[in-house]
Amino acid sequence: MNPTRTIALIDGNNFYVSCERVFNPKLEGVPVVVLSNNDGCVVARSQEVKDLGVKMGVPWYQLEAFARQEGMVALSSNYALYADMSNRMMAILGGFSPSQEVYSIDECFLDLAGVEPMARLDAAQGMRQTVKQQIGIPVCVGIGATKTLAKLANHVAKKRAHFAGVCDFNALPAAALDQLLSEIDVGEVWGVGSRLSAQLRAMGIATVLQLKQAPQRRLRQAFSVVLERIALELNGVSCLSLEELAPDKQQIMTSRSFSRGVDTWPELKEAVIAYASRAAEKLRRQGSLAGSLHVFIRTNPFKDTLPQYAQGITLPLAPPTDDTRQLAGAALQGLQRIYRAGFSYQKAGILLGELIPRHRRQLGLFDDPEAEAKSRRLMQALDSINQRYGSGSLHLLGEGLGKPWGTRQRQRSPRYTTRLDELPIVWAK
Amino acid sequence: MHPLAIAGPAALLPLAMPFPLFLSRVPAGFPSPADDYIEKHIDLNAHLVRHPSATFFLRVQGDSMTGAGIFDKDLLVVDRAVKPSHNAIVIAVVDGELTVKRLVLRDGGGVELHPENANYPVLRLTEHQELNIWGVVTHVVHRV
Repeated sequence: MNPTRTIALIDGNNFYVSCERVFNPKLEGVPVVVLSNNDGCVVARSQEVKDLGVKMGVPWYQLEAFARQEGMVALSSNYALYADMSNRMMAILGGFSPSQEVYSIDECFLDLAGVEPMARLDAAQGMRQTVKQQIGIPVCVGIGATKTLAKLANHVAKKRAHFAGVCDFNALPAAALDQLLSEIDVGEVWGVGSRLSAQLRAMGIATVLQLKQAPQRRLRQAFSVVLERIALELNGVSCLSLEELAPDKQQIMTSRSFSRGVDTWPELKEAVIAYASRAAEKLRRQGSLAGSLHVFIRTNPFKDTLPQYAQGITLPLAPPTDDTRQLAGAALQGLQRIYRAGFSYQKAGILLGELIPRHRRQLGLFDDPEAEAKSRRLMQALDSINQRYGSGSLHLLGEGLGKPWGTRQRQRSPRYTTRLDELPIVWAK
Repeated sequence: MHPLAIAGPAALLPLAMPFPLFLSRVPAGFPSPADDYIEKHIDLNAHLVRHPSATFFLRVQGDSMTGAGIFDKDLLVVDRAVKPSHNAIVIAVVDGELTVKRLVLRDGGGVELHPENANYPVLRLTEHQELNIWGVVTHVVHRV
C-alpha cells in the first residue's frame, strides 16, 4: 500500500495582469485585459473583466467597443516582464521544497513530503505571503495526493473564498472530499477537455465524483488508458511523477503571423531571415546543433476571398550547425524554392530539427576545425552583444532595418525588470 | 593463390600537408607563487543585491529626498524581502503611484511618510488609509 503523497500546485492569480499591477498600482481594481502578439486576442483578464462576462481568447476587435464603454484597460503582452517575474516566483517557491516541477509560466508543483501534516496549512500560507511580499503576485495553493488532485484543489482554492487561498484535499475527511468533488463539473479535471467532457456527460458522468467512482476498466475500454490514469489519480493513486529537469527541446520553432499581409519578396525574405536568427539564438542557448531546417509560408486561411497558398520545405544541414549565417542561408535557399509571387502572405516560420547536443558533435572528414572555432567565437560575440544592449541590437543585414511587418505592440508596458532604460519611475515629490 | 593486381600508381603526397594545430595554447612553464592566493573578482552585483528574487531597480524622478542623498535620476536598489522599519527609506504606493519617502512610526501608532526636503509636505496617514509599502531602499546609485 503506497503511503499517501502530498503534492502542491501553486499558481499565480491572473498572472499577466498581476505582473502589470505590481509596477502600475493604478491598475488595481480596474478591469484589465492583456492582448496576444499583434494585439489580436485576449490572453489574460483581471477578475473585474471575468465578472463582466468576457471570455478568454476573444478577438480584440470584437471587444473594443464594449471595453471602451466599461473603462477597460487593454495592454499588449509584455513577455519579457512576465518571464522575469515567473523566474523570480519559481525561485522563491523552489525554496519551500527540494522537489519542484515548473509546469508553466505561472504554475509549479512542489512535493511536500518533508512537511508535517499539522504544519502544511502554515507552509502553504507562508508560500502565499512570501510570494506576495517579495514580488507582489497573489497565488493560490492546492494540495492533494496526486498532481491531478492538487490541480483540482487549486481550482477550489481559487473559486471558493472561504478557503483563503489554500485548499488541502489531504486534510479533508473522505466524505467531505467526495461531497466537494460532487459539486465540481467533470470538465474541470486536468486532461478532460470540452469534447471529452461532453462524451462523459453522455455516459452519465457529469461530476468529478462520478468520474472518480466510474469503473476504471470501463473508462479504458470506452476511451483510453489516459482517462483511466486520470481516474486513478483522482482516487489518490499517483501515476504522474514530478519532472525535475525539462528535457531539451527536440525541435525549435520560430514563427509569427504578420501584422499585415506581406506581398513582396524583399519583405518576406527579411522576415524569414529574422526568424532564422531568433531560432539560432534559441539553439545556441540550449547548447544544441541543428541537422535540418524547415521553412514554411502561408496565406491567411480565413480570408477565403483571396487566393490561397501554403508551402514548406526541409533542408538538411550537413554538418549540423548553430551558426546564424548558415541557418539564414539555408532558410533563404528554402524560401527561394517555395516562394510564389502574387500572394499575400500572413505567416512564416522556421523549424529546426534533428537537434544534437553541441558536445556530441563528431568532426567530419572535410570539416575545418579552425573555421569551426572562428564561427564559435563570432556567435559568442553576437550573443553577448545582444545580451548587453538588448536583443536584436546586432543582427544580420538581411533581417532588414526597422521591421514594418513586425508584431504590433501598441500598448506594451515598459520592460521594468530587464531593461535599464525602462525602469519603473519612483516619484520623489 | 591469387596474384596481386596493380590498381594504379599511388598518389604522390604534396610536400606541405596542412594539419590542424591545437586550438588552445598548451600551457608550459613554472607555476606562479601567487597561485595559492588567487581570489575571485569583487562582484558589485552580489554586494548590492541580497535577495535577487525580491530585488528591483527603480529610477528616481524629483528632488524631495535630496536630504537623504537621493537625487533626481538616481537608481535605487529596492529589496521587497526586507521588513520596513522606523526611519527606513521606503517605496510607498500613494494614490496609485510609487513614491520614495522616509517611514516614520510614531509612538502613539501614527504612521507618517516624510520627504527629505523642506519644500515638500509630510504625509500623515489617517486611520482609514492603509500603509502600502512596495519595498525598502537598501542602496542608491548616483552618477557623479
